[in-house]
Amino acid sequence: MSDPQHDPILDQAWVLSPSVALRPEPFGALAYHFGNRKLTFLKRRELVVLVETLGEHPDVRSALVAAGVPEVEYGAYCSALHSLAGTDMVRPRTREVAA
Amino acid sequence: MTAVQERPVGGSLVDQFELGLDAPICLTWELTYACNLECAHCLSSSGRRDPRELSTEQCEAVIDELQRMQVFYVNIGGGEPTIRPDFWHLLEYAVDHQVGVKFSTNGVRITPERARFLASTDYVDVQISLDGATAEVNDYVRGPGSYDTALTALRNLQEAGFEDAKISVVCTRENIGQLDEFKALADRFGATLRLTRLRPSGRGADVWDELHPLPGQQKVLYDWLIAHGEDVLTGDSFFHLAAFGEKLPGLNLCGAGRVVCLIDPVGDVYACPFAIHENFLAGNVLSDGGFQRVWQASELFTELRSPQTGGACAKCSFYDACRGGCMAAKFFTGLPLDGPDPECVRGLGESALAGERTVPPASRDHSKAAPTRNQPVMLTLLSRPPVSACAESPLADYAPGAPEQKGCCA
Repeated sequence: MSDPQHDPILDQAWVLSPSVALRPEPFGALAYHFGNRKLTFLKRRELVVLVETLGEHPDVRSALVAAGVPEVEYGAYCSALHSLAGTDMVRPRTREVAA
Repeated sequence: MTAVQERPVGGSLVDQFELGLDAPICLTWELTYACNLECAHCLSSSGRRDPRELSTEQCEAVIDELQRMQVFYVNIGGGEPTIRPDFWHLLEYAVDHQVGVKFSTNGVRITPERARFLASTDYVDVQISLDGATAEVNDYVRGPGSYDTALTALRNLQEAGFEDAKISVVCTRENIGQLDEFKALADRFGATLRLTRLRPSGRGADVWDELHPLPGQQKVLYDWLIAHGEDVLTGDSFFHLAAFGEKLPGLNLCGAGRVVCLIDPVGDVYACPFAIHENFLAGNVLSDGGFQRVWQASELFTELRSPQTGGACAKCSFYDACRGGCMAAKFFTGLPLDGPDPECVRGLGESALAGERTVPPASRDHSKAAPTRNQPVMLTLLSRPPVSACAESPLADYAPGAPEQKGCCA
């Protein structure tokens, strides 16, 4: 974790929580969790694309590549995912789901 | 969205919110102007049902539209929303359409049966209004018996296993001294305390001078809010106090027409719940092509989302913190909208209030024509008779020019 460009999350499979709805907004999106009723704002369109498509990719790194995020910004996007995980907006994909 | 072309990428959320959202994040919907109470400070001057009130089908259509717009929850109020015969139906209809509900009530219909029903539903929050931690303070503004009604409702909710009800308090000169008692009351019922600001809106305009917190009380309130942080909800209503020092939790921004609005019982859309006045009317959900159209395209909301100048406040070093305060509080006290808030903590509001101003006449009033037994009587009893019972002189207590003197037997 000391090197943000090599956050272990990059090699993990993640997904947008099934209880979350994304509402498009001019600046990005508003994420609402129907379970815990938390509201979060995604302030960059790339982040919106990333969380929407996490589940389609084998790991976070390939989702970042597909979303067109430059490699130097991976650290910032990883910490955004960590903070979104704090309210269950995104979560690691379990093996059962992947199977 | 009209403002897309100039919207910057990134930046703070407040900067983005000032330019407006595609749908509100805090939508209040007053379902009826009918009310069993006649609170002295009612924001919506409620009492009588408006004959043009939206029908059940029309309300369902509004909910369908909110679902399409992804408005994830709505704050339902009134009047007293639970006295609409279709209230419980509309509540279920909203929840079934992915629109969560938080409703405000004085508690009159929260029976043990309804409390059990509420405890069994997801996405429903209940907010009981209480404006005094004691019956004496509460009933003074909300009317006789209203304290007992509210506490019975809270007890019913607790006994039914409903978790985390809200107790919603309008902060006044009479109850600022009771903040700890309110918190204890909330803790007793497993509830969360919510404190909001007294606005000079609706009938609130008639009692604001008498009830709004005094400058010293504002500081007490601010310190109390800072000490209790996120444990106490405020509906972001005290951002004008931010100039005391550090910002309070929440959005420090007037959200009117940007992230907030109000739908009234006849479908009129106003910029915020504290601005039920023709000057802040953006349109109507029936006659102007639906709520989405009013929210996204009305002239008034477009204007509210355009860059604002700070006016007389722009030079103030606290402008970034309070942003000139509450638009409705200024409007209903007759102050210019680009000047200081009437309760500006630097005292600029007081000097503005002392100057020449014209308080706008109310443009919407659903108060009951004839007072009922529920009407609060805003008089306090004297602790002793004005003149001694044994004073025989017909001119007793009449002493022109002399300082007031009361009683002799005490």
